[in-house]
Amino acid sequence: MSILEIKHLTKSFGENEVLKDINMTVNRGQVVSVIGPSGSGKSTLLRCATTLEKADGGEISYDGITMIKDGKYADKNAMKKIKQKFGLVFQSFNLFPHMSILRNITEAPVCVLGMKKEQAEKEAMELLEKMGLGDKADSYPFQLSGGQQQRVSIARALAMHPDVLFFDEPTSALDPELTGEILKVIRELAEEKMTMVIVTHEIVFAREVSDYVVFMDNGYIVEEGDAHKVINNPQSDRLQLFLSKFNQ
Amino acid sequence: MNFLAITMEELPSVFMRLGEGMLTTFQIFFLTFVLSLPLGLIVAFGRMSKNAIIRNITKLYISVMRGTPLMLQIIVVFFGPNLIFGLSVSTNYRLPATIIAFVINYAAYFAEIYRGGIESMEKGQYEAADILGFSKSQTFIRIILPQVIKRVLPSITNEAITLVKDTSLAFTISVTEMFTAAERIAAAETSMVPYAVAAVFYYVFNYAVAFAMERIEKSFNYYKS
Ligand SMILES: Nc1ncnc2c1ncn2[C@@H]1O[C@H](COP(=O)(O)OP(=O)(O)OP(=O)(O)O)[C@@H](O)[C@H]1O
Ligand SMILES: [Mg+2]
Repeated sequence: MSILEIKHLTKSFGENEVLKDINMTVNRGQVVSVIGPSGSGKSTLLRCATTLEKADGGEISYDGITMIKDGKYADKNAMKKIKQKFGLVFQSFNLFPHMSILRNITEAPVCVLGMKKEQAEKEAMELLEKMGLGDKADSYPFQLSGGQQQRVSIARALAMHPDVLFFDEPTSALDPELTGEILKVIRELAEEKMTMVIVTHEIVFAREVSDYVVFMDNGYIVEEGDAHKVINNPQSDRLQLFLSKFNQ
Repeated sequence: MNFLAITMEELPSVFMRLGEGMLTTFQIFFLTFVLSLPLGLIVAFGRMSKNAIIRNITKLYISVMRGTPLMLQIIVVFFGPNLIFGLSVSTNYRLPATIIAFVINYAAYFAEIYRGGIESMEKGQYEAADILGFSKSQTFIRIILPQVIKRVLPSITNEAITLVKDTSLAFTISVTEMFTAAERIAAAETSMVPYAVAAVFYYVFNYAVAFAMERIEKSFNYYKS
């Protein structure tokens, strides 16, 4: 069963055509990594899929509900439903600095989903325990390391029970020693069959954790397929060139 | 020289007579502060509106308020209804006119302070809120505004201190605030003492305002952004 379906997606910034005919399907429980050189449109793809950026044309649907078709977005009610299907983990965490860690996680479930505060706090504590941050509930974001902040932001996204979780280079704002703790969390989520789409420069990690890899270059998906096959045995020149930079 | 003509025994009576002026000064200060702070936020929204007409009208309003003397604005608000529209105004209108002029003037300054604070907010805060499903108003009230308040507090403190001193401009239309009262007594008694008392009063008032604002600023120190 596919949870996300993208067809012929296009997006330009002025004259700059950033996405040119992107087609992609994400199935439930699948982990898809998106790799590619800087400027190839990976973030733009994620931002279009999460409504942070308006797509120009093509089709995006979640769980059979159409979000955009031929450049036209669904109505407000449908959009609200669709927005609850996905979560996004940012490169720069974007935690709310004025809220405690606990409140960062409970605020949306309480205010957006109308969850009872006690229930939201109970779930938030479970998520924090899972992230190894049970003792940080009353801290504030500035008191946490980057890796800890990123784990909180993952917990914050999970608290909304998304069907699919997007990550945009979740480790690239972190020191190398701290990326491991984030990758570990993502690995655990993969084992629990959480559907994820991960934009990453961690090729080794992408191969290990994902079922499927998409290689983007210059606004197109140039090569895609089983993670081990694509990364161990690249077919296109461009992917070979891209991967050779990581093997040195 | 008899500029110190008032003796120690007379000092309490000077205080008594200045008392009414003090109350008026407090009144101008507090009413201006509590009315112009929320009004300034509304003006800031107008200034940032997507609607070009609203945005430009607000822009003009702000530039006139900031580009002309407050003293002149007080005079226009007080005499305007009579001179422009031929309405008769009672002397009871003096204090309300002063407060109206102060409020619309300070709202313009506060609007620019809010705007600076709002525009300094990282885009990521809006995006994180959007992804989590917060509505526009929830995002502003729960996520943006609390952080903006922390950022603008030092500027608000500056304005508050300026406002304490600006209250003396009410003398322009003969509102008996502290300064006007001191001037009257000084003229009648040919003495500097009322001025000295007034100076001490403004200083103490400002000190109290600065102290209160500092306490409020400190209450936001529990986090860093
Ligand atoms: N808001 C924007 N306005 C104008 N151009 C943009 C905007 N966002 C991205 N672009 C352009 O779109 C192109 C693709 O950018 P994008 O951020 O999607 O690349 P990326 O694959 O995520 O790169 P990186 O690996 O460096 O993060 C770039 O040429 C970039 O300059
Ligand atoms: Mg990117």
